[in-house]
Amino acid sequence: MSLTLPFPHRHLLGIAPLAAHEILFLLDEAERWVALNRAAAVKHDDSLAGLTQINAFFENSTRTLLSFEIAGKRLGADVVNMAVAQSSVKKGETLIDTAVTLDAMHADMLVIRHQASGAVQLIADKVDCPVLNAGDGQHEHPTQALLDALTIRRRKGRFEGLVIAICGDIMHSRVARSDIIALQKLGAHVRVVGPSTLIPSHIEALGVEVFSDLDKAISGADVVMMLRLQTERMAGGFIPSLREYHALFGLTVEKLKLAADDVLVMHPGPLNRGVEIDSAVADDLKYSAITEQVEMGVAMRMACLDVLTRERRGVKGWA
Amino acid sequence: MSLIAIINGRLIDPVAKNIYAGGLLVKEGRIVACGEIDSTGADTVIDAEGGYIAPAIIDPTVFSVDVPAFIKGGITRVALMPDQSPALDEAALIQRAKESGGEAVEVYPLAAGSRGLEGQELAEIGLMKRAGAKAVATGRQWIADSGLMYRLLDYAASLDLTVISHAEDGGLTKGCVATEGLMASRLGLRAAPAVAEAIVVARDLMLAEETGCKIHFAQLTTKKSFDLIRQAKKRGIKVTVGINPAYLLLSDRHIEDFRTFARLSPPLRSEEDRLASIEAIQDGVIDVFCSAHDPRGAEDKRLPFIDAKPGMAGAETLLSAALELVHECIIDFFGLMNLLSGNAARLLGCQGGSLSVGEEADIIIFDNKREWQLDSAKMAAKAGNSPFDGRMMRGKVTHTIKGGKVLL
Repeated sequence: MSLTLPFPHRHLLGIAPLAAHEILFLLDEAERWVALNRAAAVKHDDSLAGLTQINAFFENSTRTLLSFEIAGKRLGADVVNMAVAQSSVKKGETLIDTAVTLDAMHADMLVIRHQASGAVQLIADKVDCPVLNAGDGQHEHPTQALLDALTIRRRKGRFEGLVIAICGDIMHSRVARSDIIALQKLGAHVRVVGPSTLIPSHIEALGVEVFSDLDKAISGADVVMMLRLQTERMAGGFIPSLREYHALFGLTVEKLKLAADDVLVMHPGPLNRGVEIDSAVADDLKYSAITEQVEMGVAMRMACLDVLTRERRGVKGWA
Repeated sequence: MSLIAIINGRLIDPVAKNIYAGGLLVKEGRIVACGEIDSTGADTVIDAEGGYIAPAIIDPTVFSVDVPAFIKGGITRVALMPDQSPALDEAALIQRAKESGGEAVEVYPLAAGSRGLEGQELAEIGLMKRAGAKAVATGRQWIADSGLMYRLLDYAASLDLTVISHAEDGGLTKGCVATEGLMASRLGLRAAPAVAEAIVVARDLMLAEETGCKIHFAQLTTKKSFDLIRQAKKRGIKVTVGINPAYLLLSDRHIEDFRTFARLSPPLRSEEDRLASIEAIQDGVIDVFCSAHDPRGAEDKRLPFIDAKPGMAGAETLLSAALELVHECIIDFFGLMNLLSGNAARLLGCQGGSLSVGEEADIIIFDNKREWQLDSAKMAAKAGNSPFDGRMMRGKVTHTIKGGKVLL
């Protein structure tokens, strides 16, 4: 693949390998799909007609799977969802064997989610088609970071100088990792905050500012990104109780007053209302960009599917 | 009986601290002369071509008996960890394991300290000693119950057996696959703090001192552990320490890209701990090198990092990796030989580690300068899971002789 292309990557496995201008290129590409998706009647394009997109989700997902399925269909691709619950994976087939099987079916793009960090890269190394990481373990979730960036850019018009606070279970969050990397590359100042048991060690070496007090972390912030708290973290002894978590790290209207006046509140969903975020905050359209994130998700994924298949489709300048 | 003459080499005699040109004469499996050799009448003449002649390697920690890999690595005696299937927790199993190296490799099975290595009750270590066990080991894990560990050390001391401990606090390392640090955080891998090791070292040193038992830590890899050992040795506690040279050459940055061949137990450490390990080699805190040989095929390694099994096939690269420290002037040849054979012979109470006249002829010849690149696909081991895959190595075993038999 030519290095002179605006996006010279075969796969989208993470944000870490991308340069800032490549991220911006994908955001620009997504803009026209936002327009298409908002069109009143026919939301369809034939760019990917005849191409087969397989969504292989080894970990349960409703929202991301649906978003990728809609994205593929709006672009005219034949979208197939592999239901892992009924698949041979349950019968003990190894991941590599599954990858080889999918490859033999001549998929044109694979969208993969897996519960193990690094698993998507393992598959990408074994197949001939572009692979999109839809979340691997606690490693990366690149399309989420891209759609978050797109949402922020549309609302704020810039990244440089923005103070963005990412709050909650940073340790177990692939969204946090991808967001941290993406937003820093784009020039924002990133803070992270959460119970110290849920902050990964040495995270400050990535250039973020680490807080253990929510008030301080969101003070003056332009964007507050809340993360979903996996309720099973309590059993692991990471936090004492949900009500203590809410008291210390839950986002309330009161706390939000500490942030900038035009603060943007984001959440990758699904929400634990009353745990990490109060309904009064989540539903206030003055601040909340949560539904807009979902909308941008479809456009962003359309852009990724389109760009990654350009070489294979023989698009002028890419093949 | 056969008479073997090794000529034209350079003998390393770690006992006399001497390196001199010459060779060896081996008769009926024993060394009968060294230095200037008259090869007339020898059945076999081996030309060392200027290579170093040294005692064969004694490996105090292996998890699998893998004769071809041991021969290629110049290893003729190994201590086998009790983590076998079933665990080596009975005299009969010790007896059988002792035979598993055939004539090529002397296998010293280590007795499981607790039944089934489960850390619940003492195994029959007295009977296992009678069956030939040279030491007791806790296997791949610690004994969490300090009361049981105390009684194990006490009991082993009365039998004059060394206890080999695996220093990792299982509570801290549960579910973890890496050492806490930026690399693990970036990759999203569950990681344990490095102190998980030193915590166990501190406890076991206390208990060893209390009971007077000799204790050996199979592998220590962190600065805090070495500091504890340094003090303990000064206080006169009978403690020895092993390390796999991989921890001296690699750090946690080598797990980048989720390389499962670099998933080891204990996990690779920070650069700071790597440098502390080198310092511990220099000042004699570390006594022995081991390969921790644990060949693992694709079914254990071609998996996502968290699902892969830890361990490396280390036998074939043990000498070459250790030689990097000689090339870097961190240790000399005598230090190297003590780490590779002399100290292990003392630890296990076995033959070897010497080139003196009358000793069993366990000998290696190695070319200190030969450069080669490790290709995991071409290794003699049962599986090629080496974190050194692709690395340029300098120095290689050219001959392995065991009890007068030329094996390589």
